[in-house]
Amino acid sequence: MSDATTAAPAQAGGTPQVSHISEAVIRIAGNSQDGIQAIGGFLARLAGRSEQEVMTFMTIPSTISGGPSIFQVRIGSGEVLSAGDEADVLLCFYQHSYENHLGSLKKGGIVLYDSDHVKEIKPENETKYRHIGLPISSLVVEAIGGTGRDKGKNVYALGLIAKMFNLDVPKLHRLLSERFAGKDPKVAETAIAAFNGGYSHTLAAASELFKFKPGENVGHNQIVMGGNEALAYGLIAAGVRFGAGYPITPWSDIMELLRKELPKYGGSFIQCEDEIASVAMAIGASWGGRVAVTGSSGPGISLKTEAIGWAVMAEVPLVVVDVQRGGPSTGMPTNVEQSDFNIACFGGHGDSPRVVIAPSSVEDCFYTAIEAVNIARKYSTPVIILTDQGIASRIEAFKMPELEKICQDITPDFTPVADHKPYDLAAADGITRHLAPGTRVASGKYPIVTGLEHDELGHPTGSPKLHVQMTAKRRNKLKKLGADLPTPTVFGPPEGQVLLVSWGSSKGPVEEAVKQARAAGDAVSALHIKYLNPLPNGLEKIFEAFTHVLVVELNDEGFYGYGQLGAVLRARYCDPKIRGLTKVDGLTWKIREILDRVKAMTK
Amino acid sequence: MLALYFKLIEKRKMHHEKITTVAGIGCSSRFPYFVQAHGAHFIHGRALPFATGVSLSRPDLHVFVFGGDGDAFSIGGNHFTHTARKNVKLTYCVMDNNVYGLTKNQTSPTSPIGYKSKTDAWGSGDRPINPMKQAIAAGATFVARTTHTNPNHVLQMMEAAMDHDGFSFIECLSECVEFYPGAFDGANPRKGGQFPEVPKDHDVTDEYAAYKLSEELMPGKFGIFYKVNRPTKNANEAKIISTNREKFAALPDWQILQKNFDRMK
Repeated sequence: MSDATTAAPAQAGGTPQVSHISEAVIRIAGNSQDGIQAIGGFLARLAGRSEQEVMTFMTIPSTISGGPSIFQVRIGSGEVLSAGDEADVLLCFYQHSYENHLGSLKKGGIVLYDSDHVKEIKPENETKYRHIGLPISSLVVEAIGGTGRDKGKNVYALGLIAKMFNLDVPKLHRLLSERFAGKDPKVAETAIAAFNGGYSHTLAAASELFKFKPGENVGHNQIVMGGNEALAYGLIAAGVRFGAGYPITPWSDIMELLRKELPKYGGSFIQCEDEIASVAMAIGASWGGRVAVTGSSGPGISLKTEAIGWAVMAEVPLVVVDVQRGGPSTGMPTNVEQSDFNIACFGGHGDSPRVVIAPSSVEDCFYTAIEAVNIARKYSTPVIILTDQGIASRIEAFKMPELEKICQDITPDFTPVADHKPYDLAAADGITRHLAPGTRVASGKYPIVTGLEHDELGHPTGSPKLHVQMTAKRRNKLKKLGADLPTPTVFGPPEGQVLLVSWGSSKGPVEEAVKQARAAGDAVSALHIKYLNPLPNGLEKIFEAFTHVLVVELNDEGFYGYGQLGAVLRARYCDPKIRGLTKVDGLTWKIREILDRVKAMTK
Repeated sequence: MLALYFKLIEKRKMHHEKITTVAGIGCSSRFPYFVQAHGAHFIHGRALPFATGVSLSRPDLHVFVFGGDGDAFSIGGNHFTHTARKNVKLTYCVMDNNVYGLTKNQTSPTSPIGYKSKTDAWGSGDRPINPMKQAIAAGATFVARTTHTNPNHVLQMMEAAMDHDGFSFIECLSECVEFYPGAFDGANPRKGGQFPEVPKDHDVTDEYAAYKLSEELMPGKFGIFYKVNRPTKNANEAKIISTNREKFAALPDWQILQKNFDRMK
């Protein structure tokens, strides 16, 4: 809780003092069925409505129900770049949550625990952390009556947190009512009763209560959502009206949302028999004239690679979402990893250039989806959106997009043509243009799309000359895209000792690490790369100004000591100062981890 | 079959631009190149889901899919089942030659027991798939059998399939003169075989009767085995769309999205 301006310490048994803070990290630990994600969601939404920044982090077991689970929310009146290394407050429901997560609490932090379940407190811990034990389970029954077991416990705890942080109660009441709107009104009433029960607790045992300074995002009109949601809505805004998929964690949220939402816009999302059918169906619909989407996570992407290769060969636009998780094989389905870089950029047989872009935040998921659609259309190519579990499941607040300006109509054009060669080798921009079926060709010569090497009309050819020309055509159109991409800008001074290179969800933690390093006097800057394949030009100029270039990735260092992007940067620039800073523990970066590794690597 | 496809297009006065021809991989699958209409030659076994994407997103087009027994019953077996089950509106003509011909004589999923190929030199031992039974069991709503040696009958079946609102499947016996000559002589009167049509009194809506016909050994029967009406995937999706659209009558797309976003404030 930085910038805490605390008044004199509270007298034992007196009213707790109120400290004014600019940010706080709250970790809630329990079991997956306790509804702790819901508390986190309420807190995030409240922060969004209070012009604050917010970022969340959660772990869920890969079982259907039960198992330990946490939700961490970091709320800041100013900029929030990561979900926070250490918690200021830990709320724990069980002995196991207490024991497993006490280590995540900063020294002197507050642990608020359910004394009905947490029975053993080691004396040495009591000196390290401030303990507040309340019989939460029994208090809930008191507040809302009945024998409802653990029901309402989460909302009661939300009330306690609201009390501790002096949160806006009318706003929280409204959020609760909205959440349960459409259900039996009694449900919302009970929730509010549970909340009020928690909120009216005096928390006399606390020596200190808190109040956030006003948020800095004044007048931003913020919305709050998760990364998968933002990506799905971005696809809708971009004009995508057809998709196909197969359930797999953590991609499924996107397909569920599109299945529900697309019909409102006259579109469909089809659940297929398998991953291959879903990519094939999306390609069929794309060829039908309007770029379509499919997606998956790790194993599903492996299955789709043959068909993606067809789309590269036939030059049919397509958007493929890969929500990365821990791999290989079934791997760690509910953990984060960035180890699909290679399959996204190079997966499949033959020379098959395609576009890969990676969003870096929840907000960026929305805009990246739109950009992916537009690149796919402009260059007639498959585009892979390489997101990850770390962004997919976290919640952020961001500025309401200007939908009237952003939403686009991409209805196909059926204007008849005299003649048409989709793979015209003489085309000025070198880009293939397909006719949507239904378009009349006056010459009567209709083009074909095929996975065989082909001539300009799409008819198969065994000509070595044409294979050379068409291979170059497929490569060069995307090289042109690479040349047109903006060179990314350095976060921090453009020269110094260390340049941290990030991609995907590591952007926030890396930039926060830069801030902390610079505050400590170290010459560290960062460079975030969004366009992974092809890469933008001009990176070598940026690298020149630093002694060390460390590529921060959530994947393995491999045989040669670099992560997956790191290896490509080494190959392109042949620069020995480019090295990998990688890990595969299934969790997002902690700022401390990055800084310690930088120190060790640059000694 | 190609000649008959042209004949069908001509007879029914279809506009070239409204026809789409889709194929997978196999001898049968070079079909789209010979047709002056929009066409796609997709990967092995996946022509059906590709065609489904076309059919569902472009209800104004006639979608014809051509393939072989390998495409339909081996590598694409799963898609055959599910496209039939979903009752997607399209016509699927499988040219069944009981052998992998393009790759030069390996056992196919419809090769009879004892068939000697390069992968079963001592004769195939796996029970062959019965395409008609497979189609009926999977939920195809139009199932017909024909043979390339009787062009008029092929045309008749294709026309009936095209007129069917749903997933229409035709198995067309198509001899591979290179690797499996004589496979269907039993169904060719010019080679001493017979061409028995489905009896006039056969009830095409009777699933059990259709199974019974499917069990007959060579030459078997020719004609429509099974034909029922069941809502298509296309109709089901259209219904979901119209129900959803009603609630947002005349709103531009951005305002529909805005309504959602306003709830996320």
